[in-house]
Amino acid sequence: MTNYWPLAGIAIVVAGFAFRFNPLLVVVVAAIATGLLGGLDFVAVIEALGKAFNDNRYISVTWIILPVIGLLERYGLQQRARALIETIRGATMGKLLVIYLLFRQLTAALGMKDIGGHPQTVRPLVAPMAEAAATMTHGELAEEDAEKVKAMSAATDNIGLFFGEDIFFAIASILLIQGVFESSGYPLTPLQLSVWAIPTAICAFFIHGGRLLAFDRRLGRNGRSAGK
Amino acid sequence: MITLDYLYILAGIVFAIWALLSALDTGNGKRFGNAAFWGLLAASFFFGGQLSDFANGVLVLALVGIAGTGRLGRSDPPTTSLSDRLALSEKFGNKLFLPALVIPITAVVGTVAYNYTPFGETGLFEERRETLILFGIGVMLALGVCMVWLKPPMLAPVEEGRRLMDSIGWAAVLPQMLAALGGVFALAGVGSIIGEIAGGIIPENNVFIAVLIFCLGMALFTIIMGNAFAAFPVMAAAIGIPVLVEDFGGNPAVIGAVGMLAGFCGTLCTPMAANFNIVPAALLELKDQYGVIRQQVGTAIPLWICNVVIIYVAGFLIWN
Repeated sequence: MTNYWPLAGIAIVVAGFAFRFNPLLVVVVAAIATGLLGGLDFVAVIEALGKAFNDNRYISVTWIILPVIGLLERYGLQQRARALIETIRGATMGKLLVIYLLFRQLTAALGMKDIGGHPQTVRPLVAPMAEAAATMTHGELAEEDAEKVKAMSAATDNIGLFFGEDIFFAIASILLIQGVFESSGYPLTPLQLSVWAIPTAICAFFIHGGRLLAFDRRLGRNGRSAGK
Repeated sequence: MITLDYLYILAGIVFAIWALLSALDTGNGKRFGNAAFWGLLAASFFFGGQLSDFANGVLVLALVGIAGTGRLGRSDPPTTSLSDRLALSEKFGNKLFLPALVIPITAVVGTVAYNYTPFGETGLFEERRETLILFGIGVMLALGVCMVWLKPPMLAPVEEGRRLMDSIGWAAVLPQMLAALGGVFALAGVGSIIGEIAGGIIPENNVFIAVLIFCLGMALFTIIMGNAFAAFPVMAAAIGIPVLVEDFGGNPAVIGAVGMLAGFCGTLCTPMAANFNIVPAALLELKDQYGVIRQQVGTAIPLWICNVVIIYVAGFLIWN
């Protein structure tokens, strides 16, 4: 008889996020509950948590970029990004983000997934540019709309990355797929796998690109933002 | 050889300075909470490798205790005003973009050169960590360029960095914490339980339903774990390989590649994928911490349907 109790940890995570408790608290409570219900003793759970946290320090190391971004913002980087967009005639938020989507997908497909990202490009460059372009076409944005434009900029970075990177064959997820199939007796080359990321990448470009243009049109129509 | 440990020492120094400046910042009512939080992270970077697993676990509990009881505040170190920034952006012009580009260019060009030219044979960097190490080098280069060119006050980079770090707050360690949760889930056998459940509900003789359940399992398990990498081995072992490839004779390359992408659609919908979905909301100072996810769901759902269709058509109809 399988012990289904470790799944209670998942329920804790779902409930915790739904009720908006502090996520760090939710995650640790879920980890301890899962470990205990899975038959580990308390000390072993704390050890497992500590070991996994320590092994994953490389994830948080990237925050060392913040002094550079902060310093450039002190000298007007965001304002420069806005000014640059304002010099381009006919620039709209929708077109700008479609171009960024394509740029992110193509560079990721060539293995350059580190060329974008939220602290590096979205906060200092893409989001201010998108906001400036939206303001140029629709006038001053209502706060709610400005939030949506910023959120859409971050979303576009994620979608461009996720549905571009797998076209590059030497990437962790492709190597993982290869490893899983190989251990079951199905040897595949990374290239055989990565070509099959192309159809989804094309769908992602048209679906998200279409949504970006529709979002821009909707901003103009809803009238909450005072038009020029 | 330059290893990841060098980068950890660098990060430790940065977080230690943030901790110290936080403690001295009388403008922040919760300054000791911030100092303790960033100080513990500095300790983790400096000494985490030497500490026992249990001591690291206690460090994790202390971090969570500080954040979970709301002891982190936001600082507001002195900086330039909006009108200053407009004037400075006029003065320095588009050259301001160059230091920001130094970082990705160093990481990308360096990685390509290291992997495809004789430069790689020098063995200068720890294996498979070259991109992250080159990223660190890029940060130092960009900082050097800014200091020489812009001549800011000495403390300006760390103070501006601290402003951003405090605005992100506890979300900064959430991705690392979720990776730790994944480790505990694996140890408790959560993956094999899910795989067993998913494998038990496949009807016989219906390829399309089997494809649908495989893709649904990938997306849902990714939503739970926050990472398609955790979901893939479980779903491939439960359904992908035994049912889709072996029973129904599907194309393994299509099932593997597109199945993973069905999982990525789940990544777009979950707060568990914190570094993609929650951290940017904090970084962009959005009021709604789920704001980024809300914009992504409308792309994720139709794209997931595309993935189901691609597997069914290319993996079965065309293949057979």
